[in-house]
Amino acid sequence: MPSITFVHPDGRAQRIDASNGESAMQAATRHDVGGILAECGGNAMCATCHVYVDEGWLARLPAMGDDEDALLDGAAAERRANSRLSCQIKLAADLDGLVLNLPDRQL
Amino acid sequence: MSATSRIDAATPERSAPAGVPRLDVDPFSTEFFEDPHRIHDVLREAGPVVWLEKWGVYGVARHAEVHAVLNDPLTFCSSRGVGLSDFAKEKPWRPQSIILEADPPAHTRTRAVLAQVLSPAAMKQVREHFTAMAAAKVDELLARRSFDAVADLAEAYPLSVFPDAMGLKQEGRENLLPYASLVFNAFGPPNQLRQEAIERSAPHQAYVAAQCQRENLAPGGFGACIHARADAGDITAEEAPLLVRSLLSAGLDTTVNGIGAAMYCLARFPDQLARLRSDPTLARNAFEEAIRFESPVQTFFRTTTREVELAGHRIGEGEKVLMFLGAANRDPRRWENPDRYDVTRRTSGHVGFGSGIHMCVGQLLARLEGEVMLAAIARKVASIEISGPVKRRYNNTLRGLESLPITISPA
Ligand code: HEM
Ligand code: FES
Repeated sequence: MPSITFVHPDGRAQRIDASNGESAMQAATRHDVGGILAECGGNAMCATCHVYVDEGWLARLPAMGDDEDALLDGAAAERRANSRLSCQIKLAADLDGLVLNLPDRQL
Repeated sequence: MSATSRIDAATPERSAPAGVPRLDVDPFSTEFFEDPHRIHDVLREAGPVVWLEKWGVYGVARHAEVHAVLNDPLTFCSSRGVGLSDFAKEKPWRPQSIILEADPPAHTRTRAVLAQVLSPAAMKQVREHFTAMAAAKVDELLARRSFDAVADLAEAYPLSVFPDAMGLKQEGRENLLPYASLVFNAFGPPNQLRQEAIERSAPHQAYVAAQCQRENLAPGGFGACIHARADAGDITAEEAPLLVRSLLSAGLDTTVNGIGAAMYCLARFPDQLARLRSDPTLARNAFEEAIRFESPVQTFFRTTTREVELAGHRIGEGEKVLMFLGAANRDPRRWENPDRYDVTRRTSGHVGFGSGIHMCVGQLLARLEGEVMLAAIARKVASIEISGPVKRRYNNTLRGLESLPITISPA
């Protein structure tokens, strides 16, 4: 069971237990992490599950698809080199300890 | 009702499969439209998969099964129609949609075009104008105090922004709502609603066909953007008008019923209006929750491409499966207090916009319209009172009201 940490814009860290196979977005909504809206329910259509992946972890994530890439251009908060959609990050044991920073807004 | 009321003479006699609960319920009857929730409960509790005797189709009404069917588009296909009619057996009433009624890989290509035309980036372009128009509409209605929340707000607001955003001509716009109502009735069975809508459809179809052509779409609008993608080679020149048609079919009456649903919720649940007024940033979620609570798009069908097992029941090839989105959105297995309208609820995961590859491509536009309208109400309106008889509108797919007389007071 990977455990992952969301860091809020004010620096507050929220550590949650995720299940193998669920997405970081699903884990966040299940644990009611404010700051992940996920309006489209994980279908890569809304860009309201935007996160900044902590240094070091980015290269260990699966590559980004074209849908995700295009959507991130429309994300409400600034797009950065480490921007990802959390619904597209599937969790497994090798992502135990993953740290995701939340943007200041999703809309 | 007997099992002999069949689709048409061409349809072979269907016998109910063993072990699947058979129900004598017509989800396309006025009795159902008047009170779907009680019957949704019956459908959900009967089992994960049911057989609807009246139309000879399978039904799923629990969230888990509706979600599963939506997310297995290779087994539960759309290309044989997402209404009762099976395009493998019956000619579609209009040329088939190249997105809604398509499967991968054809769907993937057309979907990418509309997803780009209606992307988050595209929404940023229209947001300011949509916001100003919503505020102006609420000011105008506050001056009147008493009005019909369906005609004067739920219809009037989308009509004041969507046709312009599409780039439509001024003339003929009165055809838009009748055309959409026809499209959504046509997904239903050959009942009176469907037959009458199709009989009266010729002028509306002619208007829409002409309005989908490039020369009739103003530059900069969503319609022109679709045609521009034909220049880029992403779609053919013949496909472009059909994709414009998809937006004209699905982009107006849906938001009318979505905004209508939200108004009906706020009028019935004053504590939720108060909560929204205390924090207008809840507007977007208040709209989303209204979509879950009322499910303006109630149902869609799929057709099985092979024999498949669903929740322990074997379903043969070529069977129609009816998904009750509205029932899934109130399934107590998935939602806490499902029958409560709660503007602070975490709504993510509802299927009011569908799920999977066909999930509403216009959802961002719908949310934008709903959000800015409810935000204007949250800031400007103190109370909403129902001040006359509430009348329901009957449609085979869309759930909404014909009339909602209300009186509002300024904040
Ligand atoms: C509250 C408003 C709306 C609701 C409740 C709604 C609901 C839905 C649902 C349930 C589907 C899934 C159909 C399926 O799985 O077979 C869908 C698809 C679709 N919607 Fe919406 N919709 C809304 C607004 C809009 C708007 C504003 C547009 C266009 C501007 C639009 C265009 C479409 C299109 C083109 C599809 C087909 C997508 C595909 O097959 O890939 N809808 N909608
Ligand atoms: S939840 Fe909508 S894009 Fe991730």
